[in-house]
Amino acid sequence: MYDLFIGPFVEFGFMQRALVGSLALALGAGPVGVFLMLRRMSLMGDAMAHAILPGAALGYLIAGLSLPAMTIGGLAAGVAVAVLAGLVARFTALREDASLAAFYLVSLALGVMLVSLRGSNVDLLHVLFGTVLALDDAALILIAGITSLTLITLALIYRGLVLECIDPNFLRSVSRIGTPVHLIFLALVVMNLVGGFQALGTLLAVGLMMLPAAGARLWTTDIAKLLGLAVLAGMASGYAGLLVSYHAGVPAGPSIILAAGVFYLVSLAFGTDGGVIRRLIPTRHLEA
Amino acid sequence: MTAAIRLQDLTLGYDRHPAVHHLSGEIAEGSLTALVGPNGGGKSTLLKGITGVLTPLGGRIDVEVGRENIAYLPQSAEIDRDFPLSVFDLVSTGLWHESGLFGGVGRTGREKIKNALATVSLTGFEDRPVGTLSGGQMQRALFARLLLQEARLILLDEPFTAIDEATVRDLIALIERWNKEGRTVLTVLHDIDLARRHFPEAILLARHCIAWGETKKVLTPDNFHRASHVRAAPDPAADVCAREVA
Repeated sequence: MYDLFIGPFVEFGFMQRALVGSLALALGAGPVGVFLMLRRMSLMGDAMAHAILPGAALGYLIAGLSLPAMTIGGLAAGVAVAVLAGLVARFTALREDASLAAFYLVSLALGVMLVSLRGSNVDLLHVLFGTVLALDDAALILIAGITSLTLITLALIYRGLVLECIDPNFLRSVSRIGTPVHLIFLALVVMNLVGGFQALGTLLAVGLMMLPAAGARLWTTDIAKLLGLAVLAGMASGYAGLLVSYHAGVPAGPSIILAAGVFYLVSLAFGTDGGVIRRLIPTRHLEA
Repeated sequence: MTAAIRLQDLTLGYDRHPAVHHLSGEIAEGSLTALVGPNGGGKSTLLKGITGVLTPLGGRIDVEVGRENIAYLPQSAEIDRDFPLSVFDLVSTGLWHESGLFGGVGRTGREKIKNALATVSLTGFEDRPVGTLSGGQMQRALFARLLLQEARLILLDEPFTAIDEATVRDLIALIERWNKEGRTVLTVLHDIDLARRHFPEAILLARHCIAWGETKKVLTPDNFHRASHVRAAPDPAADVCAREVA
């Protein structure tokens, strides 16, 4: 039992780091994912994840596999695409989803082009899919910092964010905070994706954001429980994914996201608040 | 008679197409006004202009009681009821003027919320998700939120659409109570009988102001006939407004 569940993390430093990194990521990305889902912007996270690539690639092109360069590049590219898509939606006939799709596709192509200018396919794979087993101290501190900042910021803007989701016109009638809250939230999305891409790569980082959130929604309709459950599910996926990866000798990043995928599928089937089985079982109706 | 809202040659709209065109007038403080007109006539647009959600294309809106003194009930279709929020939490957002973005809701706040829910007969619904409420119950919850706002100017956008008679009666009683307390109420209505029976003042709006004043003089067959001749949809080939050119 010990060898199966705990041993790998005691024995190997890289496993410890990977575990700490995944737990921290889940703690920050989970709540962000819940709000993305509730705002019907689930695919927006995916688009943003792609948009980060050219920035990270540019950082890589200039400084090699350097954490600060790739982080700053990713942040800049993510924010730029989010702002550009917002501006296009406001000043042209295109809606935000269409302009976001356009920008992220251009970004993705540009990013792949930039990486291949200098590096090999191995480097490209590293950026696209991350290396959770090679997290160094700097990367861990970055992830922990992003998670802390995310939680504090969410706590501060929580009321505004909830109102902006449920009743934006009312919020606008009592306060001008709506637009800033929206922009701050977008910044949190970008930050968490940048933190995630160190570990899971630009393509999979969004998995730890959306899968726990979507799965958690099938168990509860209470916002507080939803946030907590998404975090727990993300953390459990990180732990389980790393274990499977260690024992079966498969890549760690995809393994973590697949574990989150299993949580999602199980929720789809067994979820007590909207799952398939619960809906299929005939139940006797109540008096009132 | 002091004015709560002053409109001067106000034009509001979307993409240069006016939804409210050159509207001028005053809504007196403490008045109870029904805002009536065909769909697309600019009623909701006018409320959004007054709350500040929409910026005028021309003219001006002066809210003499102050924008922070407005309580606004959006149309129910604009509220996302899938969001997992409890009735208590929804109603608590009415305390925004006290709590702001960060502040907590203290014991007196919770007491106020309980009382407001009791006033709209929703005691016991505190922990229900808003998604499980019926249309009438949801409207009661939103009126509870309006109660908490304690605003001097109350703007209601179609509060009685798809609501049963008993609920309408209760909510009308609340509106009349606000009126007695000296608050100004402006309500978008489609039920003409309701407007005639309970609202002393009326505005008939069909992009232009058709009539404004005492309800029985405004809501006449003749005026409705005139209102029905206004094209509600924006005309893509419309010329620049002659008054703009002049």
